[in-house]
Amino acid sequence: MGVGIKVEHLDAWFGKVQALHDISMDIPANHATAIIGPSGCGKSTFVRCLNRMHETIPDARAAGKVRIGDLDIYNGTAAVQVRRRIGMVFQKPNPFPTMSIYDNVAAGLKLNGFHDRKRLAEIVEHSLKLSALWDEVKDSLKKKSGASLSGGQQQRLCIARALAVEPEVLLMDEPCSALDPISTGKIEELIFQLKENFTIVIVTHNMQQASRVAEFTGFFLLGKLIEFDRTEKIFTTPSDKRTEDYITGRFG
Amino acid sequence: MRTRFQQGLDQLRTRLLRMGGMAEQAVDRACQAYIDRDLNRCHMVLEGESKINEAEREIDELAFDLLAMQQPMAVDLRFILAVTKINSDLERVGDQAVNIAERVMDLVELPKADLPVDIARMAAAASAMVRRSLESFIEGKAELAQAVLEMDNVVDRMRDDAFINLVKTMNERPQVTRQALDSLLVARNLERVADHATNIAEDVIFWVRGADVRHNAPQENPSQEVTPRVPGI
Repeated sequence: MGVGIKVEHLDAWFGKVQALHDISMDIPANHATAIIGPSGCGKSTFVRCLNRMHETIPDARAAGKVRIGDLDIYNGTAAVQVRRRIGMVFQKPNPFPTMSIYDNVAAGLKLNGFHDRKRLAEIVEHSLKLSALWDEVKDSLKKKSGASLSGGQQQRLCIARALAVEPEVLLMDEPCSALDPISTGKIEELIFQLKENFTIVIVTHNMQQASRVAEFTGFFLLGKLIEFDRTEKIFTTPSDKRTEDYITGRFG
Repeated sequence: MRTRFQQGLDQLRTRLLRMGGMAEQAVDRACQAYIDRDLNRCHMVLEGESKINEAEREIDELAFDLLAMQQPMAVDLRFILAVTKINSDLERVGDQAVNIAERVMDLVELPKADLPVDIARMAAAASAMVRRSLESFIEGKAELAQAVLEMDNVVDRMRDDAFINLVKTMNERPQVTRQALDSLLVARNLERVADHATNIAEDVIFWVRGADVRHNAPQENPSQEVTPRVPGI
């Protein structure tokens, strides 16, 4: 099951440049939350702070409190332990090109020392079913490489790979921006179904997508969280004029 | 800035105001026709109806295109939804004007009767409501629209008074029953015009404030008033 994410006074820097300013928000469990805002507003930095990927960039650092369920991720918790509980899918599908479809999905578990082959096969199948890819690849699991799939299939493979380690939270950083409308539709449908078992945070430039898949939406601008509310409120009657200007296309 | 979208919104607004002008003129003409027993004005109202109907179709088409092609959000989405509803109300205002004109055409055939009903005063009140609701749309001001809502009770009372007095007249002077009935229907048509003006005002409040005030709906988290940004406002 997914868990809630509580962010309190989160700041983030790239060297001396502050990218996030005092972000506080409660992301509810088992819902999809969209993060929107113009380029450079800190959306991706924000989600990368939720699984401690931000600090992997040289000179980058973050301060503040982030609780994933009962796990205080910036207070003595190992980054690896954090990332095991929080899966991430990126803008560009990035399957391991030399690995088969099967090995792509099993990679995370194998890396964690999981070697029960029967159980592994069950998890791979379950993950591919969850990511709505199973029917398309079940006959060529070990014959085809991940790179041989179409862009939309590759992205669903990456989602299956993220789900295989049974995370509680799935972070998606513009997961459909490189996909055609049909593949986008499949991923959106997937997000809708995955919400039952995972908490999803999705960064998107596509506001129609945010309104279609997310129950909650946060609007970021210049590294600050301007407004966070139920999605229908943000897209019909936002409280802040800056939110309205952005979503009605008057800037950004 | 989405220039084409903004032009579309501007065009929608201009067309709706033009239609509002036509509907308002139709009611004024029909009421003047009643007062003057003027068949010529009645024909003008009947002939004008097709233009109002045509305008309604064009506005709906443009609004539909903008919804489909531009995926508007927030204040723009509320504006387009409000326009489509106001459009429908204005077309109905035009229909009421036609109904009044048809009653007048019947009345002109009958001997003139002195009736205890002040249609001129009621027409002035209903017309003022339509005019002010359209002004609130032009200005994008919810407080102007709110004032229209408060006028509706006045016209309702006039209709109630007309009903009581004209029914009494029909009982006392059966020879003018047909004239009294026509006048009663005109009073009812004017009350409907006022209802449509009320609807328009409610739609303006929805557009500007994002608040649904229809049927005295309770307000849950009404958003702060935002400045509508359609060109010319």
